[in-house]
Amino acid sequence: MRDVVAHERLPPERVALVDLLDRLLAGGVVVTGDLVLSIADVDLVRISLRALIVSIDELEGGGPR
Amino acid sequence: MPEGTYLYAVARDVLSQCPDGVADLPVRTISGGPGLVAYVSTVPLDRFGEQPLRRSLEDMDWVAETARAHHRVVDAVAAATATAPVRLVTVYDGDGPVRDLLDRRGQDFLRVLDHVTGRREWGVKAYAVASADGADGQDEPAAATPHAGRPGTAYLQRRRANLRGREQIRRQALQRADHIHRALSALSVAGCRHRAQDPSLSGRHDWMLLNGAYLVDDKREDEFAELARDLGGDGVELRVTGPWAPYSFTVMETR
Repeated sequence: MRDVVAHERLPPERVALVDLLDRLLAGGVVVTGDLVLSIADVDLVRISLRALIVSIDELEGGGPR
Repeated sequence: MPEGTYLYAVARDVLSQCPDGVADLPVRTISGGPGLVAYVSTVPLDRFGEQPLRRSLEDMDWVAETARAHHRVVDAVAAATATAPVRLVTVYDGDGPVRDLLDRRGQDFLRVLDHVTGRREWGVKAYAVASADGADGQDEPAAATPHAGRPGTAYLQRRRANLRGREQIRRQALQRADHIHRALSALSVAGCRHRAQDPSLSGRHDWMLLNGAYLVDDKREDEFAELARDLGGDGVELRVTGPWAPYSFTVMETR
């Protein structure tokens, strides 16, 4: 029988990258303004993470697909 | 070489020891505002300036390595004290602007930190999986084209019923996910749903019904885990991840 609940309590280096990126790219404090660069300033549709955040252009209404 | 200040997180306490951060650079703290501490690294702008960063962000290996380093720092701070993680890749032109941020937005940071004190984030992912009879949704045989067999009335009726059945299964699965999310949220201080993960990144091809995050009081963690256990089964597999630093509950846009 398949385990219906598996608990993934992992040390930081083993956390699944995809779970981490969900949080690092959609969560946390976003700072804009007086910066060298913030992820908020980057056109995320263009970067290699587009698969992860596939609907960002839908949300923001722009960007070629 | 010109240098910048990479910001990981804001908290109220200074850790006696912190792991190295991005590009294996040491992490230090900047104090400011109403008793706040920013965790930062000094970074070379030939790698962390605007143009190099825009290029690096196209490189998945670089993103993975940097995300893990960022997380290592945030995780260490969050394990010790209430923490407001900052989104990946936030680089300032020196320490001055960081101090200025702590001063100007100090009350907002305190509010966020109060909200997550004594609480941790848990992830719960739900997948539609094979039910007991082995029917599984994901490996259905490809639908025959009308030219492949005899497009008789019986076939079309079967096909229509089949499609209706599938639509119903889809609707039921989505309702189940809503129910799971509501139940978990009710036991939490806050809950939110991330986008379903792309199978090409997660490596998992089962249909993802829910990609939830929940902010749970420390003393209700056992109860939460138990509820997650009870909500799974019957064609739905739940996976709990965490505890996480409260990434999903410290979203705050600030200048």
